[in-house]
Amino acid sequence: MPTKIEKDTLSGQNTTGHEWDGVKELNTPLPTWWVYTFYACIAFAVVYCALYPSWPWLTGHTQGLLGYSSRAELRQELSAQAKERASFVDRIRTASLADIRKDPELFNFAMAGGRSAFQTNCMQCHGAGGGGSTGFPNLVDDDWIWGGSIDQIYATIEHGIRNSDDKSRQSMMPRFGVDGLLTGAQVAAVTDYVLSLSGKAKATPEGAKIFEEQCVACHKTGGKGDQELGAPNLSDGIWLYGGSRDAIYRSIFYARNGSMPAWSGRLDEATMKMLAVYVHSLGGAR
Amino acid sequence: MASPARQADRAPPRPPAPEPPLYAPRARVYPRAISGKWRQIKWATLVVLLGLYYVVPWLRWDRGPGAPTQAILIDLDHRRGWFFDVVIWPQEVYFVTGFLILGAFGLFFASSLFGRVWCGFTCPQTVWTDLFMWVERMIEGDRNERMRLDRQPMSAGKAIRKTLKHAAWLAIAAATGGAWVFYYVDAPTTLVKIFRGEASMEVYAFVGLFTATTYVLAGWAREQVCTYMCPWPRFQAAMLDEQSLIVTYQKWRGEPRGKHKAGDSWDGRGDCIDCNLCVAVCPTGIDIRDGQQIECIGCGLCIDACTQTMDKVGRPTGLIRWDTLAAQQAKEARSAPVPWRPVRPRTLLYAGLLSVVAAIMLVVFALRADTELTVQRDRNPNFVRLSNGDVRNSYAVKVLNKRRTPQHVRLEIDGLPSAQLGFVGADVEGSGPTATLSVQPDTVGTFRVFVTVPASAAPAGAKPITFTVRDEAGGGRASHDAVFVGPGR
Repeated sequence: MPTKIEKDTLSGQNTTGHEWDGVKELNTPLPTWWVYTFYACIAFAVVYCALYPSWPWLTGHTQGLLGYSSRAELRQELSAQAKERASFVDRIRTASLADIRKDPELFNFAMAGGRSAFQTNCMQCHGAGGGGSTGFPNLVDDDWIWGGSIDQIYATIEHGIRNSDDKSRQSMMPRFGVDGLLTGAQVAAVTDYVLSLSGKAKATPEGAKIFEEQCVACHKTGGKGDQELGAPNLSDGIWLYGGSRDAIYRSIFYARNGSMPAWSGRLDEATMKMLAVYVHSLGGAR
Repeated sequence: MASPARQADRAPPRPPAPEPPLYAPRARVYPRAISGKWRQIKWATLVVLLGLYYVVPWLRWDRGPGAPTQAILIDLDHRRGWFFDVVIWPQEVYFVTGFLILGAFGLFFASSLFGRVWCGFTCPQTVWTDLFMWVERMIEGDRNERMRLDRQPMSAGKAIRKTLKHAAWLAIAAATGGAWVFYYVDAPTTLVKIFRGEASMEVYAFVGLFTATTYVLAGWAREQVCTYMCPWPRFQAAMLDEQSLIVTYQKWRGEPRGKHKAGDSWDGRGDCIDCNLCVAVCPTGIDIRDGQQIECIGCGLCIDACTQTMDKVGRPTGLIRWDTLAAQQAKEARSAPVPWRPVRPRTLLYAGLLSVVAAIMLVVFALRADTELTVQRDRNPNFVRLSNGDVRNSYAVKVLNKRRTPQHVRLEIDGLPSAQLGFVGADVEGSGPTATLSVQPDTVGTFRVFVTVPASAAPAGAKPITFTVRDEAGGGRASHDAVFVGPGR
């Protein structure tokens, strides 16, 4: 209800002409530069809306005259990066693992690439530092079930363990207790024998006899293991499923057949090579 | 006649005086040209400083193959600062801190001696404003012409002059922004790239940024930067005392001021003839005769103006002069003259601090190692038990080689007598009690080092150990503390 615009005697400014119960409102406009900034923002918004994707629509959104999209930008960046890496990746693909290991440039590239591939694909089971956990092998120690040479590591990564891949590493431990091959007492006796291999228990002749009949074929005399068959060394201090009497008893009774996926379908050759170099460098290399 | 009290009774109630506004509109300053001793010194300073600023990035320096040829280059991409034969790595950025502290104490020291000599002569804001004012004067004329021009309605002539002026300002500003960028990238190649449109977005962004700030600050903001934006004038009073040389108007000699016609007597009046020249030449638009003011940047142009006037009317010069407050008070009281004392506790303290910081920096610089070592222990897993029961820790070892030649260093550890080292690096793999690691010139060599001890020698918990590298050719040596973690008991 604007009434009358008049000059306020105290401040020398105009009123807005609004009056409520005798209280008049002063008209104190924004500084000019502020107003123009505001107009500039409006102009910017209009131009932006025309040039860039901005307004949602029933089935999508306005595309903008520049045809910009952040996805396309990301694709571009990724392909630019791939192009930049291409020369290294090609060299990694063609070089043998031993050659990669010897070439400082390739080695550094493979270590960086291998680390990042490990963090994405392997750490879920093997741990961020390759330390493993119960049932998932420690890659930092010097005990290798399927072999710790760089070529053996590559083969394990490529085809995996006990999966549907044609060339996957295969072997099977019988379920001695569950399938009735041994009685509970017999399993206990052979458990004591296994513990005795690393000096942790006294073996009975019965345990030694069962081990000789049932276990030596894969785990070899003295429980030294066989990497061809993925049969772990039972005489050292490293136990994938725990080294307590109870854990070993259960391993024999129920059997252990851990599995690892084949990566050949999911990762390219260069990435798998870089992974092999990285894992090989973690410390347990043989 | 009514008594004053009754008069007050009858007077209508006076409205309270309005509060002064918080915002003071800017009164445009049109400094007039002046020549004289201090103007000469200011021109000389301007030429030297701007010359240094624009020329330095173009100095070349031969460092051999593979290294930049620019004498001074702060290469942010490759994280190296090149200063002739000195190469600064990112972790030595404390030298910058040192220089900043040195700069601060230098400023304190100069202020305690000569007042705002930094503000008046060497501050970039002053130097570029001076340059911009000179351009303005060349195009639009001196003070009176400029004032007349600004009062005139827009005309073709005015539009041409204004356009010309802003174009010249923008060109200088762009050169300033360009020169700034050249301290961070190779100057000759980047100059070509900038004009061909091939330079990086960062280059254009920074050229644009410094073009804009130079144009706005030196062209438009000018004295407002010193009066409102800069913190230094606000606390410089703490560095000045009554013994600092400042620009002073000798009130006792100048007052009472008044116009003076040739032939009039000088008896009973002051030497100031109120010609207002000191006000007209002032770049911040103040009247020095009002005494010390926060706006005064101590440039001395009013001294040149007053000297010119005093010469003209035949009075002794120095009515406005460099002097100390103490000397002025003595002269005003007509007591014994107080000489300027440059050596006093305040200046000694600042000079002392300046020398201490400079000495520390020199020593640090002289002892700067060209071999450095950092060791980071892998904490995931914390330690590894090997199949024979041995306990092993892994470390990421980085050897910094700041030389321009390859280094071969011998790595040893102290604190674990029975330890065996294993190492994996680009050129090296093996094990033994020590290891020789090779590091390429001007790079960081990265190695994985495994420290293994028998189970019987493994510590319970963490044990401090020290990694040491020694240059096999003699000279460089560096060590780094670390811990070895064994299984808890």
